[in-house]
Amino acid sequence: MRSIWIITKRELQSFFDSLIAYIMLVLFLGFSGFFTWLYGSDIFLVGQANLESFFNIAFWTLFFFIPAITMRMLAEENKTGTIELLLTKAVTDREVILGKFFACFILVAIALAFTLPYYVTVANIGNVDHGAVWCGYLGLLLMSAAYISIGLFTSSITNNQIVAFLLALFIGLFFHIIFNVLSSNLTGFMGQLFNTLSLSAHFESLARGVIDTKDIVYFLTIVGIGVRLAEMSLAKRNLTN
Amino acid sequence: MDIKIEKLTKTYGTQKAVNDISFEVKTGEILGFLGPNGAGKTTTMKMITDYIAIEAGDIKIGGKSITKEGDRLRRHIGYLPEHNPLYQDMAVLDYLEFSAAIQAVPQHLIPARIREMVKVCGLNAEKHKKIGELSKGYRQRVGLAQAMIHDPEILILDEPTTGLDPNQIVEIRKLIKEIGKEKTVILSTHILSEVEATCDRILIINKGRIVADGTSETLRKQSQGQELVTVAIEDGKKEEVLKAINGLSSVASIEATGPNHYEVQSKPDMSIKRAVFTACVENNWVITEMTPHVTKLEDVFRELTA
Repeated sequence: MRSIWIITKRELQSFFDSLIAYIMLVLFLGFSGFFTWLYGSDIFLVGQANLESFFNIAFWTLFFFIPAITMRMLAEENKTGTIELLLTKAVTDREVILGKFFACFILVAIALAFTLPYYVTVANIGNVDHGAVWCGYLGLLLMSAAYISIGLFTSSITNNQIVAFLLALFIGLFFHIIFNVLSSNLTGFMGQLFNTLSLSAHFESLARGVIDTKDIVYFLTIVGIGVRLAEMSLAKRNLTN
Repeated sequence: MDIKIEKLTKTYGTQKAVNDISFEVKTGEILGFLGPNGAGKTTTMKMITDYIAIEAGDIKIGGKSITKEGDRLRRHIGYLPEHNPLYQDMAVLDYLEFSAAIQAVPQHLIPARIREMVKVCGLNAEKHKKIGELSKGYRQRVGLAQAMIHDPEILILDEPTTGLDPNQIVEIRKLIKEIGKEKTVILSTHILSEVEATCDRILIINKGRIVADGTSETLRKQSQGQELVTVAIEDGKKEEVLKAINGLSSVASIEATGPNHYEVQSKPDMSIKRAVFTACVENNWVITEMTPHVTKLEDVFRELTA
Protein backbone atom coordinates (compact mmCIF):
# COMPACT_ATOMS: atom_id res chain seq x y z
CA MET A 1 0.00 0.00 0.00
CA ARG A 2 2.79 2.34 0.96
CA SER A 3 4.58 1.77 -2.34
CA ILE A 4 1.43 2.60 -4.29
CA TRP A 5 1.07 5.89 -2.43
CA ILE A 6 4.76 6.75 -2.97
CA ILE A 7 4.35 6.27 -6.72
CA THR A 8 1.06 8.18 -6.74
CA LYS A 9 2.71 11.07 -4.89
CA ARG A 10 5.60 11.19 -7.34
CA GLU A 11 3.31 11.18 -10.36
CA LEU A 12 1.13 13.91 -8.90
CA GLN A 13 4.22 15.96 -8.14
CA SER A 14 5.35 15.48 -11.71
CA PHE A 15 1.92 16.59 -13.00
CA PHE A 16 2.09 19.80 -11.02
CA ASP A 17 5.79 20.42 -11.72
CA SER A 18 5.41 20.06 -15.45
CA LEU A 19 2.35 22.30 -15.81
CA ILE A 20 0.32 19.40 -17.21
CA ALA A 21 -1.98 19.58 -14.20
CA TYR A 22 -2.54 23.34 -14.53
CA ILE A 23 -3.17 23.19 -18.26
CA MET A 24 -5.57 20.31 -17.81
CA LEU A 25 -7.44 22.09 -14.99
CA VAL A 26 -7.70 25.38 -16.85
CA LEU A 27 -8.82 23.76 -20.10
CA PHE A 28 -11.30 21.47 -18.40
CA LEU A 29 -12.84 24.25 -16.34
CA GLY A 30 -12.79 26.60 -19.32
CA PHE A 31 -14.57 24.17 -21.63
CA SER A 32 -17.07 22.87 -19.14
CA GLY A 33 -17.76 26.34 -17.74
CA PHE A 34 -18.26 27.86 -21.19
CA PHE A 35 -20.71 25.22 -22.33
CA THR A 36 -22.45 24.95 -18.98
CA TRP A 37 -23.10 28.65 -18.48
CA LEU A 38 -22.60 30.56 -21.69
CA TYR A 39 -23.11 28.65 -24.88
CA GLY A 40 -25.28 25.98 -26.52
CA SER A 41 -27.83 24.24 -24.39
CA ASP A 42 -26.53 25.92 -21.25
CA ILE A 43 -28.28 26.05 -17.93
CA PHE A 44 -30.08 29.34 -18.72
CA LEU A 45 -31.39 28.02 -22.00
CA VAL A 46 -32.66 24.82 -20.42
CA GLY A 47 -34.04 26.85 -17.56
CA GLN A 48 -33.93 24.03 -15.04
CA ALA A 49 -31.94 23.92 -11.82
CA ASN A 50 -29.86 20.86 -12.57
CA LEU A 51 -26.35 20.10 -13.74
CA GLU A 52 -27.33 17.95 -16.70
CA SER A 53 -25.72 20.30 -19.20
CA PHE A 54 -22.49 20.22 -17.18
CA PHE A 55 -22.49 16.41 -17.00
CA ASN A 56 -23.08 16.18 -20.73
CA ILE A 57 -20.14 18.42 -21.53
CA ALA A 58 -17.85 16.83 -18.90
CA PHE A 59 -18.74 13.46 -20.38
CA TRP A 60 -17.05 14.59 -23.58
CA THR A 61 -14.21 16.74 -22.24
CA LEU A 62 -13.02 13.99 -19.93
CA PHE A 63 -13.15 11.54 -22.81
CA PHE A 64 -10.51 13.63 -24.60
CA PHE A 65 -8.54 14.83 -21.59
CA ILE A 66 -7.97 11.52 -19.87
CA PRO A 67 -5.93 9.93 -22.69
CA ALA A 68 -3.85 13.12 -22.68
CA ILE A 69 -3.05 12.57 -19.01
CA THR A 70 -2.46 8.84 -19.20
CA MET A 71 -0.48 8.74 -22.44
CA ARG A 72 2.87 9.55 -20.85
CA MET A 73 2.46 7.43 -17.72
CA LEU A 74 4.18 4.30 -18.97
CA ALA A 75 5.12 5.19 -22.56
CA GLU A 76 7.63 7.72 -21.30
CA GLU A 77 9.06 5.31 -18.74
CA ASN A 78 9.41 2.73 -21.50
CA LYS A 79 11.14 5.23 -23.74
CA THR A 80 13.61 6.66 -21.25
CA GLY A 81 14.23 3.30 -19.58
CA THR A 82 13.24 4.55 -16.13
CA ILE A 83 10.81 1.65 -15.97
CA GLU A 84 13.82 -0.63 -15.47
CA LEU A 85 14.96 1.32 -12.45
CA LEU A 86 11.42 1.47 -11.06
CA LEU A 87 10.73 -2.23 -11.44
CA THR A 88 14.03 -3.24 -9.86
CA LYS A 89 13.03 -1.41 -6.69
CA ALA A 90 11.04 -3.13 -3.98
CA VAL A 91 7.70 -2.75 -5.81
CA THR A 92 5.56 -5.14 -7.79
CA ASP A 93 4.30 -4.48 -11.31
CA ARG A 94 0.78 -4.11 -9.95
CA GLU A 95 1.83 -1.49 -7.41
CA VAL A 96 3.42 0.55 -10.20
CA ILE A 97 0.24 0.44 -12.31
CA LEU A 98 -2.03 1.19 -9.37
CA GLY A 99 0.19 4.04 -8.22
CA LYS A 100 -0.07 5.65 -11.63
CA PHE A 101 -3.79 4.89 -11.83
CA PHE A 102 -4.51 6.70 -8.57
CA ALA A 103 -2.35 9.67 -9.58
CA CYS A 104 -4.46 10.19 -12.71
CA PHE A 105 -7.64 9.56 -10.79
CA ILE A 106 -6.77 12.13 -8.13
CA LEU A 107 -5.97 14.71 -10.80
CA VAL A 108 -9.37 14.15 -12.44
CA ALA A 109 -11.04 14.27 -9.03
CA ILE A 110 -9.35 17.61 -8.33
CA ALA A 111 -10.62 18.93 -11.67
CA LEU A 112 -14.13 17.78 -10.82
CA ALA A 113 -13.88 19.26 -7.34
CA PHE A 114 -13.26 22.66 -8.91
CA THR A 115 -16.67 22.40 -10.58
CA LEU A 116 -18.45 22.12 -7.24
CA PRO A 117 -19.09 25.89 -7.27
CA TYR A 118 -21.38 25.21 -10.27
CA TYR A 119 -23.40 22.98 -7.99
CA VAL A 120 -23.50 25.62 -5.24
CA THR A 121 -24.56 28.28 -7.74
CA VAL A 122 -27.34 26.18 -9.22
CA ALA A 123 -28.48 25.19 -5.73
CA ASN A 124 -28.85 28.89 -4.94
CA ILE A 125 -30.98 29.71 -7.96
CA GLY A 126 -33.42 26.85 -7.82
CA ASN A 127 -34.44 23.56 -6.32
CA VAL A 128 -31.74 21.06 -7.13
CA ASP A 129 -32.15 17.31 -6.98
CA HIS A 130 -29.10 16.77 -4.76
CA GLY A 131 -29.10 13.01 -5.22
CA ALA A 132 -28.99 13.33 -8.99
CA VAL A 133 -26.05 15.75 -8.80
CA TRP A 134 -23.98 13.49 -6.58
CA CYS A 135 -24.86 10.50 -8.74
CA GLY A 136 -23.73 12.48 -11.76
CA TYR A 137 -20.40 13.19 -10.12
CA LEU A 138 -20.09 9.54 -9.15
CA GLY A 139 -20.79 8.63 -12.77
CA LEU A 140 -18.09 11.00 -14.01
CA LEU A 141 -15.59 9.58 -11.53
CA LEU A 142 -16.37 6.00 -12.49
CA MET A 143 -16.22 6.83 -16.18
CA SER A 144 -12.86 8.55 -15.61
CA ALA A 145 -11.55 5.50 -13.76
CA ALA A 146 -12.55 3.31 -16.70
CA TYR A 147 -10.84 5.56 -19.26
CA ILE A 148 -7.75 5.93 -17.07
CA SER A 149 -7.33 2.17 -16.96
CA ILE A 150 -7.74 1.97 -20.74
CA GLY A 151 -5.25 4.83 -21.14
CA LEU A 152 -2.74 3.13 -18.84
CA PHE A 153 -3.02 -0.05 -20.85
CA THR A 154 -2.40 1.70 -24.18
CA SER A 155 0.47 3.63 -22.62
CA SER A 156 2.03 0.41 -21.40
CA ILE A 157 2.17 -1.25 -24.80
CA THR A 158 4.15 1.45 -26.60
CA ASN A 159 6.95 3.90 -25.99
CA ASN A 160 5.35 6.54 -28.14
CA GLN A 161 3.00 8.90 -26.33
CA ILE A 162 1.06 9.89 -29.45
CA VAL A 163 0.37 6.26 -30.25
CA ALA A 164 -0.77 5.71 -26.67
CA PHE A 165 -3.08 8.75 -26.89
CA LEU A 166 -4.67 7.80 -30.21
CA LEU A 167 -5.07 4.17 -29.24
CA ALA A 168 -6.77 5.13 -25.98
CA LEU A 169 -9.16 7.39 -27.92
CA PHE A 170 -9.81 4.65 -30.43
CA ILE A 171 -10.66 2.06 -27.77
CA GLY A 172 -12.59 4.67 -25.80
CA LEU A 173 -14.65 5.56 -28.84
CA PHE A 174 -16.23 2.11 -28.84
CA PHE A 175 -17.39 2.46 -25.27
CA HIS A 176 -18.31 6.10 -25.71
CA ILE A 177 -20.47 5.96 -28.85
CA ILE A 178 -20.04 2.98 -31.14
CA PHE A 179 -21.56 0.36 -28.80
CA ASN A 180 -24.43 2.73 -28.14
CA VAL A 181 -25.09 3.28 -31.85
CA LEU A 182 -24.91 -0.46 -32.51
CA SER A 183 -27.29 -1.22 -29.67
CA SER A 184 -29.90 1.17 -31.06
CA ASN A 185 -29.54 -0.29 -34.54
CA LEU A 186 -29.72 -3.91 -33.54
CA THR A 187 -32.44 -5.84 -31.82
CA GLY A 188 -32.59 -9.00 -29.76
CA PHE A 189 -29.55 -10.45 -28.07
CA MET A 190 -26.98 -8.41 -29.99
CA GLY A 191 -28.81 -5.19 -29.22
CA GLN A 192 -28.92 -6.13 -25.57
CA LEU A 193 -25.23 -7.07 -25.58
CA PHE A 194 -24.10 -3.78 -27.08
CA ASN A 195 -26.35 -1.90 -24.72
CA THR A 196 -24.65 -3.64 -21.81
CA LEU A 197 -21.23 -2.79 -23.24
CA SER A 198 -22.04 0.84 -23.90
CA LEU A 199 -20.46 3.15 -21.38
CA SER A 200 -22.79 6.02 -22.23
CA ALA A 201 -25.86 3.93 -21.37
CA HIS A 202 -24.46 3.17 -17.92
CA PHE A 203 -23.36 6.76 -17.42
CA GLU A 204 -26.77 8.15 -18.36
CA SER A 205 -28.47 5.85 -15.93
CA LEU A 206 -26.18 7.12 -13.16
CA ALA A 207 -26.51 10.76 -14.21
CA ARG A 208 -30.29 10.44 -13.93
CA GLY A 209 -29.76 9.74 -10.27
CA VAL A 210 -30.18 5.99 -10.20
CA ILE A 211 -27.44 3.99 -8.53
CA ASP A 212 -27.64 0.50 -9.92
CA THR A 213 -25.16 -2.21 -8.91
CA LYS A 214 -25.03 -3.25 -12.55
CA ASP A 215 -23.57 0.14 -13.54
CA ILE A 216 -21.02 0.14 -10.73
CA VAL A 217 -19.97 -3.42 -11.56
CA TYR A 218 -19.70 -2.44 -15.23
CA PHE A 219 -17.30 0.44 -14.57
CA LEU A 220 -15.24 -1.48 -12.03
CA THR A 221 -14.93 -4.38 -14.46
CA ILE A 222 -13.45 -2.11 -17.13
CA VAL A 223 -11.05 -0.70 -14.53
CA GLY A 224 -10.07 -4.20 -13.45
CA ILE A 225 -9.50 -5.42 -17.00
CA GLY A 226 -7.55 -2.29 -18.00
CA VAL A 227 -5.27 -2.46 -14.98
CA ARG A 228 -4.72 -6.18 -15.42
CA LEU A 229 -3.88 -5.79 -19.11
CA ALA A 230 -1.41 -3.00 -18.31
CA GLU A 231 0.18 -5.23 -15.70
CA MET A 232 0.42 -8.09 -18.19
CA SER A 233 1.99 -5.78 -20.71
CA LEU A 234 4.67 -4.82 -18.16
CA ALA A 235 5.30 -8.49 -17.47
CA LYS A 236 5.86 -8.99 -21.21
CA ARG A 237 9.56 -8.20 -20.65
CA ASN A 238 9.82 -11.62 -19.07
CA LEU A 239 8.79 -13.46 -22.21
CA THR A 240 11.65 -15.20 -23.84
CA ASN A 241 10.80 -15.54 -27.48
CA MET B 1 24.80 -11.65 1.17
CA ASP B 2 26.26 -14.07 -1.31
CA ILE B 3 25.10 -14.32 -4.88
CA LYS B 4 25.07 -17.75 -6.42
CA ILE B 5 24.33 -18.13 -10.09
CA GLU B 6 23.52 -21.61 -11.27
CA LYS B 7 23.36 -22.62 -14.92
CA LEU B 8 21.76 -19.39 -15.97
CA THR B 9 20.39 -19.25 -19.50
CA LYS B 10 18.47 -16.62 -21.44
CA THR B 11 17.54 -16.71 -25.11
CA TYR B 12 16.39 -13.82 -27.27
CA GLY B 13 14.85 -15.27 -30.40
CA THR B 14 17.40 -17.70 -31.70
CA GLN B 15 20.32 -16.01 -29.97
CA LYS B 16 21.51 -17.27 -26.63
CA ALA B 17 22.30 -14.09 -24.74
CA VAL B 18 23.42 -15.99 -21.67
CA ASN B 19 24.34 -19.61 -22.06
CA ASP B 20 24.53 -21.86 -19.04
CA ILE B 21 26.76 -19.73 -16.82
CA SER B 22 27.48 -20.42 -13.18
CA PHE B 23 29.49 -18.40 -10.70
CA GLU B 24 29.44 -17.19 -7.16
CA VAL B 25 30.18 -13.87 -5.53
CA LYS B 26 30.84 -13.74 -1.82
CA THR B 27 30.17 -10.99 0.68
CA GLY B 28 33.04 -8.55 0.73
CA GLU B 29 34.02 -9.31 -2.83
CA ILE B 30 34.06 -6.97 -5.81
CA LEU B 31 33.53 -8.83 -9.03
CA GLY B 32 34.50 -7.18 -12.29
CA PHE B 33 32.30 -8.27 -15.15
CA LEU B 34 34.09 -7.97 -18.46
CA GLY B 35 33.15 -8.82 -21.98
CA PRO B 36 32.75 -7.33 -25.44
CA ASN B 37 29.51 -5.62 -26.43
CA GLY B 38 26.65 -8.06 -26.63
CA ALA B 39 28.43 -10.69 -24.54
CA GLY B 40 25.54 -11.01 -22.09
CA LYS B 41 26.77 -8.85 -19.20
CA THR B 42 23.77 -6.57 -19.05
CA THR B 43 21.33 -9.45 -19.52
CA THR B 44 22.92 -11.27 -16.59
CA MET B 45 22.71 -8.14 -14.46
CA LYS B 46 19.07 -7.63 -15.40
CA MET B 47 18.34 -11.16 -14.26
CA ILE B 48 20.21 -10.71 -10.97
CA THR B 49 18.18 -7.55 -10.26
CA ASP B 50 14.99 -9.44 -11.12
CA TYR B 51 14.08 -7.08 -13.96
CA ILE B 52 13.73 -9.88 -16.49
CA ALA B 53 12.74 -13.42 -15.70
CA ILE B 54 15.17 -16.30 -15.74
CA GLU B 55 14.65 -18.79 -18.53
CA ALA B 56 16.64 -21.67 -17.08
CA GLY B 57 18.86 -22.05 -14.04
CA ASP B 58 18.58 -20.06 -10.86
CA ILE B 59 19.99 -17.08 -9.00
CA LYS B 60 20.25 -17.39 -5.26
CA ILE B 61 20.77 -14.35 -3.11
CA GLY B 62 21.63 -15.14 0.48
CA GLY B 63 20.47 -18.69 -0.23
CA LYS B 64 17.04 -17.59 -1.46
CA SER B 65 15.94 -18.01 -5.03
CA ILE B 66 15.16 -14.79 -6.88
CA THR B 67 12.47 -16.52 -8.93
CA LYS B 68 10.50 -17.23 -5.78
CA GLU B 69 11.26 -14.32 -3.50
CA GLY B 70 12.23 -11.62 -5.98
CA ASP B 71 9.91 -9.00 -4.52
CA ARG B 72 11.52 -9.29 -1.12
CA LEU B 73 15.10 -9.74 -2.33
CA ARG B 74 15.05 -6.62 -4.51
CA ARG B 75 15.07 -4.58 -1.30
CA HIS B 76 18.64 -5.74 -0.68
CA ILE B 77 19.89 -4.83 -4.13
CA GLY B 78 21.11 -1.47 -5.35
CA TYR B 79 21.18 -1.20 -9.11
CA LEU B 80 22.67 1.30 -11.50
CA PRO B 81 21.49 0.37 -15.00
CA GLU B 82 23.56 0.84 -18.11
CA HIS B 83 22.21 4.14 -19.42
CA ASN B 84 21.41 5.48 -15.99
CA PRO B 85 17.75 6.26 -16.60
CA LEU B 86 16.48 8.93 -14.20
CA TYR B 87 13.39 11.10 -13.95
CA GLN B 88 14.70 14.24 -15.63
CA ASP B 89 11.91 16.43 -14.31
CA MET B 90 12.66 15.75 -10.65
CA ALA B 91 15.00 17.68 -8.41
CA VAL B 92 17.96 15.68 -7.09
CA LEU B 93 16.77 15.75 -3.48
CA ASP B 94 13.20 14.83 -4.41
CA TYR B 95 14.45 11.95 -6.49
CA LEU B 96 16.65 10.62 -3.71
CA GLU B 97 13.74 10.90 -1.30
CA PHE B 98 11.53 9.00 -3.72
CA SER B 99 14.19 6.28 -4.20
CA ALA B 100 14.65 5.90 -0.45
CA ALA B 101 10.91 5.74 0.23
CA ILE B 102 10.23 3.22 -2.47
CA GLN B 103 13.06 1.01 -1.23
CA ALA B 104 11.29 0.95 2.12
CA VAL B 105 13.81 3.02 4.08
CA PRO B 106 11.98 3.96 7.32
CA GLN B 107 10.61 7.50 7.10
CA HIS B 108 12.69 8.85 10.01
CA LEU B 109 15.95 7.62 8.49
CA ILE B 110 15.38 9.10 5.03
CA PRO B 111 16.79 12.62 5.67
CA ALA B 112 19.97 11.18 7.17
CA ARG B 113 20.43 8.75 4.28
CA ILE B 114 19.92 11.55 1.75
CA ARG B 115 22.47 13.74 3.55
CA GLU B 116 24.98 10.93 3.53
CA MET B 117 24.49 10.14 -0.15
CA VAL B 118 24.76 13.82 -1.11
CA LYS B 119 28.05 13.95 0.80
CA VAL B 120 29.44 10.65 -0.41
CA CYS B 121 28.57 11.25 -4.06
CA GLY B 122 29.57 14.93 -4.01
CA LEU B 123 26.16 16.25 -4.96
CA ASN B 124 26.01 19.17 -2.56
CA ALA B 125 26.43 21.94 -5.13
CA GLU B 126 23.76 20.51 -7.45
CA LYS B 127 21.27 19.04 -5.03
CA HIS B 128 18.47 21.53 -5.71
CA LYS B 129 18.72 21.33 -9.49
CA LYS B 130 16.50 19.22 -11.66
CA ILE B 131 18.18 16.06 -12.88
CA GLY B 132 17.59 17.11 -16.49
CA GLU B 133 19.77 20.18 -15.92
CA LEU B 134 22.76 18.24 -14.63
CA SER B 135 25.86 17.31 -16.59
CA LYS B 136 26.42 13.68 -17.44
CA GLY B 137 28.90 13.18 -14.62
CA TYR B 138 26.53 14.56 -12.03
CA ARG B 139 23.70 12.42 -13.36
CA GLN B 140 25.96 9.42 -12.95
CA ARG B 141 26.53 10.43 -9.35
CA VAL B 142 22.78 10.70 -8.80
CA GLY B 143 22.46 7.22 -10.32
CA LEU B 144 25.04 5.91 -7.86
CA ALA B 145 23.38 7.72 -4.98
CA GLN B 146 19.98 6.22 -5.73
CA ALA B 147 21.55 2.76 -5.98
CA MET B 148 23.12 3.08 -2.55
CA ILE B 149 20.49 5.13 -0.73
CA HIS B 150 18.91 2.18 1.06
CA ASP B 151 22.30 0.85 2.11
CA PRO B 152 21.87 -2.37 0.09
CA GLU B 153 23.87 -5.47 0.79
CA ILE B 154 24.34 -6.07 -2.91
CA LEU B 155 25.36 -3.49 -5.47
CA ILE B 156 25.02 -4.14 -9.18
CA LEU B 157 26.67 -1.41 -11.22
CA ASP B 158 26.53 -1.42 -15.00
CA GLU B 159 29.42 0.78 -16.15
CA PRO B 160 29.47 3.03 -13.10
CA THR B 161 32.19 5.45 -14.13
CA THR B 162 31.09 6.42 -17.65
CA GLY B 163 30.91 10.16 -18.02
CA LEU B 164 32.91 10.97 -14.92
CA ASP B 165 36.03 13.12 -15.01
CA PRO B 166 39.33 11.55 -13.88
CA ASN B 167 39.07 12.99 -10.36
CA GLN B 168 35.58 11.68 -9.93
CA ILE B 169 36.59 8.30 -11.32
CA VAL B 170 39.26 7.99 -8.65
CA GLU B 171 36.77 9.02 -5.96
CA ILE B 172 34.08 6.65 -7.14
CA ARG B 173 36.53 3.78 -7.40
CA LYS B 174 37.65 4.50 -3.87
CA LEU B 175 34.04 4.55 -2.80
CA ILE B 176 33.27 1.24 -4.52
CA LYS B 177 36.34 -0.34 -2.90
CA GLU B 178 35.21 0.93 0.47
CA ILE B 179 31.70 -0.45 -0.02
CA GLY B 180 33.09 -3.71 -1.34
CA LYS B 181 34.74 -4.47 1.98
CA GLU B 182 31.43 -5.35 3.58
CA LYS B 183 29.06 -5.78 0.69
CA THR B 184 28.79 -7.79 -2.46
CA VAL B 185 29.53 -5.76 -5.56
CA ILE B 186 29.27 -6.72 -9.21
CA LEU B 187 30.39 -4.11 -11.68
CA SER B 188 30.63 -4.25 -15.41
CA THR B 189 32.88 -2.02 -17.42
CA HIS B 190 34.81 -1.65 -20.64
CA ILE B 191 37.69 0.10 -18.92
CA LEU B 192 40.15 -2.64 -18.08
CA SER B 193 42.33 -0.52 -15.85
CA GLU B 194 39.25 0.13 -13.77
CA VAL B 195 38.76 -3.56 -13.16
CA GLU B 196 42.38 -3.93 -12.12
CA ALA B 197 42.11 -0.93 -9.82
CA THR B 198 38.88 -1.89 -8.09
CA CYS B 199 38.03 -5.55 -8.42
CA ASP B 200 39.08 -8.52 -6.36
CA ARG B 201 38.06 -10.91 -9.06
CA ILE B 202 37.45 -10.75 -12.77
CA LEU B 203 34.94 -12.65 -14.82
CA ILE B 204 35.25 -12.46 -18.58
CA ILE B 205 32.20 -13.45 -20.54
CA ASN B 206 31.94 -13.88 -24.28
CA LYS B 207 28.96 -14.91 -26.40
CA GLY B 208 27.01 -15.76 -23.28
CA ARG B 209 29.66 -18.03 -21.77
CA ILE B 210 32.27 -17.53 -19.10
CA VAL B 211 35.72 -17.64 -20.66
CA ALA B 212 37.84 -16.64 -17.68
CA ASP B 213 37.41 -16.35 -13.94
CA GLY B 214 40.09 -15.28 -11.46
CA THR B 215 42.16 -12.38 -10.16
CA SER B 216 43.89 -10.16 -12.69
CA GLU B 217 47.15 -11.78 -11.61
CA THR B 218 46.02 -15.35 -12.32
CA LEU B 219 44.46 -14.36 -15.61
CA ARG B 220 47.72 -12.81 -16.74
CA LYS B 221 49.71 -15.85 -15.73
CA GLN B 222 47.29 -18.17 -17.49
CA SER B 223 47.69 -16.40 -20.77
CA GLN B 224 51.38 -15.67 -20.30
CA GLY B 225 53.17 -19.01 -19.94
CA GLN B 226 56.25 -17.75 -21.74
CA GLU B 227 58.53 -14.94 -20.65
CA LEU B 228 59.24 -12.15 -23.09
CA VAL B 229 62.15 -9.76 -22.53
CA THR B 230 63.47 -6.83 -24.49
CA VAL B 231 67.26 -6.49 -24.15
CA ALA B 232 69.66 -3.87 -25.44
CA ILE B 233 73.11 -5.40 -25.89
CA GLU B 234 76.07 -3.26 -26.88
CA ASP B 235 79.59 -4.10 -28.05
CA GLY B 236 78.47 -7.30 -29.80
CA LYS B 237 77.88 -7.97 -33.47
CA LYS B 238 74.32 -8.73 -34.34
CA GLU B 239 74.98 -12.18 -35.78
CA GLU B 240 77.11 -13.20 -32.81
CA VAL B 241 74.54 -12.03 -30.31
CA LEU B 242 71.74 -13.83 -32.14
CA LYS B 243 73.80 -17.00 -32.28
CA ALA B 244 74.91 -16.92 -28.65
CA ILE B 245 71.49 -16.18 -27.19
CA ASN B 246 69.71 -18.61 -29.47
CA GLY B 247 72.08 -21.30 -28.25
CA LEU B 248 70.83 -20.96 -24.68
CA SER B 249 68.73 -23.92 -23.57
CA SER B 250 65.92 -21.82 -22.11
CA VAL B 251 65.48 -19.54 -25.10
CA ALA B 252 62.78 -20.31 -27.61
CA SER B 253 63.47 -17.47 -30.03
CA ILE B 254 65.31 -14.19 -30.44
CA GLU B 255 64.55 -11.39 -32.83
CA ALA B 256 66.42 -8.19 -33.56
CA THR B 257 64.02 -5.28 -33.22
CA GLY B 258 66.41 -2.38 -33.75
CA PRO B 259 70.05 -1.38 -33.47
CA ASN B 260 71.36 -3.30 -30.45
CA HIS B 261 67.80 -4.19 -29.44
CA TYR B 262 66.50 -7.74 -29.25
CA GLU B 263 63.32 -9.42 -28.16
CA VAL B 264 63.92 -12.74 -26.47
CA GLN B 265 61.22 -15.28 -25.73
CA SER B 266 61.62 -18.17 -23.29
CA LYS B 267 60.46 -21.72 -23.63
CA PRO B 268 57.25 -22.39 -21.66
CA ASP B 269 57.62 -21.95 -17.88
CA MET B 270 61.34 -21.08 -18.04
CA SER B 271 63.15 -17.92 -17.01
CA ILE B 272 65.71 -16.41 -19.35
CA LYS B 273 66.96 -13.26 -17.65
CA ARG B 274 69.83 -14.88 -15.76
CA ALA B 275 70.95 -16.95 -18.74
CA VAL B 276 70.99 -13.91 -21.04
CA PHE B 277 72.95 -11.93 -18.47
CA THR B 278 75.55 -14.68 -18.03
CA ALA B 279 75.95 -15.09 -21.80
CA CYS B 280 76.60 -11.36 -22.19
CA VAL B 281 79.16 -11.38 -19.35
CA GLU B 282 80.99 -14.29 -20.96
CA ASN B 283 81.21 -12.43 -24.28
CA ASN B 284 82.08 -9.08 -22.68
CA TRP B 285 78.95 -7.46 -24.01
CA VAL B 286 77.22 -4.70 -22.07
CA ILE B 287 73.54 -4.87 -21.26
CA THR B 288 72.08 -1.36 -21.22
CA GLU B 289 68.48 -2.36 -20.95
CA MET B 290 66.47 -5.39 -19.92
CA THR B 291 62.71 -5.01 -19.80
CA PRO B 292 60.44 -7.91 -19.06
CA HIS B 293 57.11 -7.63 -20.91
CA VAL B 294 54.11 -7.71 -18.66
CA THR B 295 51.02 -9.13 -20.32
CA LYS B 296 48.38 -6.48 -20.12
CA LEU B 297 44.83 -7.30 -19.20
CA GLU B 298 43.93 -5.87 -22.60
CA ASP B 299 45.91 -8.67 -24.21
CA VAL B 300 44.26 -11.30 -22.06
CA PHE B 301 40.88 -9.83 -22.91
CA ARG B 302 41.57 -9.74 -26.63
CA GLU B 303 42.94 -13.23 -26.62
CA LEU B 304 39.88 -14.62 -24.88
CA THR B 305 37.17 -12.73 -26.67
CA ALA B 306 38.46 -12.05 -30.16
